[in-house]
Amino acid sequence: MHELQVTESILNIALKYSPANKVKKIIAIHLTIGELSELENEWIQRYFDYLSKGTIAQEAKLVIERSPIRMKCDSCNHEFQIKRDDIRNIECPQCNQKKCTLTAGREYHIKHMEVM
Amino acid sequence: MEEIRLIEIKEEIHTDNTIKATLLRKNLSKSKTFLLNLMSSPGAGKTTTILKTIEAMGGKIRTGVIEADIDSMVDAEKIAAKGIAAVQLRTGGFCHLDASMVEKGLEGLNLDNLDLVIIENVGNLVCPAEFDTGAIKNVMILSVPEGDDKPLKYPLMFTVCDVLLINKIDYLPLSDFDVAAAEARAKNLNPNIEIFQISSKTGEGIKAWAEWLLKEVTGFLNQP
Repeated sequence: MHELQVTESILNIALKYSPANKVKKIIAIHLTIGELSELENEWIQRYFDYLSKGTIAQEAKLVIERSPIRMKCDSCNHEFQIKRDDIRNIECPQCNQKKCTLTAGREYHIKHMEVM
Repeated sequence: MEEIRLIEIKEEIHTDNTIKATLLRKNLSKSKTFLLNLMSSPGAGKTTTILKTIEAMGGKIRTGVIEADIDSMVDAEKIAAKGIAAVQLRTGGFCHLDASMVEKGLEGLNLDNLDLVIIENVGNLVCPAEFDTGAIKNVMILSVPEGDDKPLKYPLMFTVCDVLLINKIDYLPLSDFDVAAAEARAKNLNPNIEIFQISSKTGEGIKAWAEWLLKEVTGFLNQP
């Protein structure tokens, strides 16, 4: 639901990096978004197309990679990945204990961009 | 055709908000104001719970409220009618509050006279979970009519909260809501979450929750 705000940040960051790198046109922006985020790729692109009109990022493609949810077991410190659907039943695969802490899966970052 | 180059960025998209929230938390620590962010879906009983909580704390701490709604003053009026300092933020379609909006809300309250400010976030279990408001504690309400499966559907919300209030327990006899299942699901996502069962209507369970909050706020105020 807040795709618009997130998209605005993406555009601002991309434009901020452009002058120093003498960018004439932004072709693609590569993002990593955690699996736990509810953001929809399609909407991020649609908002981006709307917001970027008239800027050097117009027509840039957003390439979104979803980063996995990672947990760390509170008792044996084992780190493991889980799928979003498995979140209903978290259990350390090493010691079968249920107390685990989320270590990744909420991130939003821009990795790099392809420019001319 | 010019060559395509790759520019490394490696920047967090939410950086601006995270920086603002961290700064806000620091300033509130200095001014000795405990900020609490209360989240839930619409109709879970946030406003009534706030009123009951303040009443149960019995005037031991001075409390103000920031109300956030897409477009109305109803909640702030309800709070202000009880003589509690309240500010209404109209988010104009925004589905959540972020640190800048909270900062604006705080400007509308006289912080010198307040020990605790409760933010009543926009009714929504999705977006508010993603934005740091600058609060010291995050609290959510899950009400019995919503169902015990909500931790499965909105895992992030249950992950970021310090406290879960299971509200409207007076409905339990009429409902197939399984309290033990809801608690287990929430604990599974967040083993450290504190859970209180309350009814903001009958007042049941409010005392234990209000005592917990009072202890947290007092501890914060007495910090050197």
